[in-house]
Amino acid sequence: MDQSALLAVLLTIVTASTPLLLAALGELVAERSGVLNLGVEGMMVMGAVAGFAVALTTGSPYLGIVAAAVAGALLAVPFGVLTLNLVANQVATGLALTLLGLGLSGLIGERFVGQPGVRLAKLHIPGLSDIPFVGPLLFGQDVLVYLSIALAIAVSWVVFRTRVGLILRAVGDNHASAHALGYSVIRVRWAAVLFGGAMAGLGGGYLSLAYTPQWIENMTAGRGWIALALVVFSSWLPSRLVIGAYLFGAVTILGFFVQGLGVGVPAQLLSSLPYIVTIAALVVISTRRGRARADTPACLGQPFVPDR
Amino acid sequence: MKKWSALTRRDALASALAGSLALALSASLAGPAAAADKLKAAWVYVGPVGDFGYSYQHDQGRLAVEKALGDKVTTTFVENVPEGPDAERAIERLARDGNKLIFTTSFGFMDPTLKVAKKFPDVKFEHATGYKRADNVATFSARFYEGRYVIGQIAGKMTKSGTIGYIVSFPIPEVVSGINAFMLGAQSVNPNVKVKIIWVNSWYDPGKEADAAKVLIGQGADILTQHTDSTAALQVASEKGILGFGQSSDMDKFAPKAQITSIVDDWSHYYIGRVKAALDGSWKAVDTWDGMKEDAVVLPPIKNVPDDVKAMAEKTAAAIKAGTLKPFGGKITKQDGSVVENLDDGAILSMNWYVKGIDDKLPQ
Repeated sequence: MDQSALLAVLLTIVTASTPLLLAALGELVAERSGVLNLGVEGMMVMGAVAGFAVALTTGSPYLGIVAAAVAGALLAVPFGVLTLNLVANQVATGLALTLLGLGLSGLIGERFVGQPGVRLAKLHIPGLSDIPFVGPLLFGQDVLVYLSIALAIAVSWVVFRTRVGLILRAVGDNHASAHALGYSVIRVRWAAVLFGGAMAGLGGGYLSLAYTPQWIENMTAGRGWIALALVVFSSWLPSRLVIGAYLFGAVTILGFFVQGLGVGVPAQLLSSLPYIVTIAALVVISTRRGRARADTPACLGQPFVPDR
Repeated sequence: MKKWSALTRRDALASALAGSLALALSASLAGPAAAADKLKAAWVYVGPVGDFGYSYQHDQGRLAVEKALGDKVTTTFVENVPEGPDAERAIERLARDGNKLIFTTSFGFMDPTLKVAKKFPDVKFEHATGYKRADNVATFSARFYEGRYVIGQIAGKMTKSGTIGYIVSFPIPEVVSGINAFMLGAQSVNPNVKVKIIWVNSWYDPGKEADAAKVLIGQGADILTQHTDSTAALQVASEKGILGFGQSSDMDKFAPKAQITSIVDDWSHYYIGRVKAALDGSWKAVDTWDGMKEDAVVLPPIKNVPDDVKAMAEKTAAAIKAGTLKPFGGKITKQDGSVVENLDDGAILSMNWYVKGIDDKLPQ
């Protein structure tokens, strides 16, 4: 593999992994608070259309990023009202949210189909970005790539090193006790759900602003579901989520790379590799006795009704 | 174009979800029955009308019917219909709603269409890209491979690195014959040309198509082509300053500096003709396979290449239209070394082998 081919592969892995990481980070926080939101795909696709529309009309991809996050969070609002305040079933509501997001984004995006988009620029730091090979890889990405890594570190720190994180985990692990201690379970979950929506929106915005700067219906093509699976894969640890997202991206891209070499490995096998690797890793993780169960937020998916 | 049903689980899930939503929407939006004396015609699409590719082009055909025959026909469509049992429901619903002519536009709608056709003998059905017919089921497709021969020739002339990148969806005969026609075209002007092939196993995943494009460029490809539905690959080509081709629709405005030409599916002539036939009673359950000659496959004006290349491509296109050049005419050497001659339509429609010079192994 020569250097330019290697660089192309590595750069592509970064762009393939970033939207997954962004969306999965949000879902991780929501699930840590005990809320299972299966609407990630819907919130992502809303982020994609909103990001694209705002970037196109204002000419600023950065406003597009903000709009993507806001749109994702807005779509999370009905989910919050239904599951947190009205105690509806989280699984059913989440699935409905995905349907709503896909339909609504198609409707909103109708007049944006076929319009060339605004691309989120890659950073260029004079000197650093020009270093051969390492420069473009480490110092020449767009802001969302750095943001995704920074947010992963921040989420990890908040969840495990701060009081806020302790409350979040308490709510997710034993909402009755957290309630008895005087914390508002519903309010904490609301915050987590909105954060999850905003992050999914960002992940979608990355698709329509940086990955493939255009709007087409259903352009998330199932990435929201991958993000959901990655959260389980990570056993609710942000550090492992980064590894998972990049592993998934890397195996996908390497599959393409091997095909391009024309060495005759069956394409179907290569296409299924990311899923096989993810499942294999899940099996390895969960066989470490009791670990996976211990990591799962104990109240995940359970509605909470304050009794007094 | 055919849509294959062997999708990954997430694709299936996503499309199933999208499909059921579309069904729900269309059911609620279906207006009151039109005036009784008008013919009701309906279209079933596998993707969103807004894909700016395959389904979009079919819908352009439907709109052309409205424009030409709007006083005699009312049209409806259902988009995002997943292939399989759901398709049967969607088609049957359209038949029950009083549609007398129903176009099902994807390969995977073949069996559902035939099943519904049995229950509604007085409704005429038209299935795209399939091979099963009945007394009230006609089939139609387009010779996309003719266009691919022309763009292969252009690519063979234009590549400097000698390597062309080709992004593909599923190993079905239509896609395989496209690859072969492209390669034969390229070899006709550049015997040592190499074609690198990446299967993304999806008709429509802009992200994956872009990923594959980037990997191909990294591996030395300096011209891209694709048999997938989105504009993503062409956009990557534009961004990297190389050339490429559009697919299904004219994608010029996405990549004005990169698109040389495109293989546009123009169904309007066919649809208008068939609706007319249904109106005047001459409709028959036949198989139609139109190509460049009938303007079913159209190449938009060639640009971004030197004049001599343009002239060569136009000459080739004219020869194909005139019938003097057949992409699969003459002697063809297969990848395994055996030689075949003057392939007939049956052989092209069931093609499951590569021509010599392609160093990919065909997934079986």
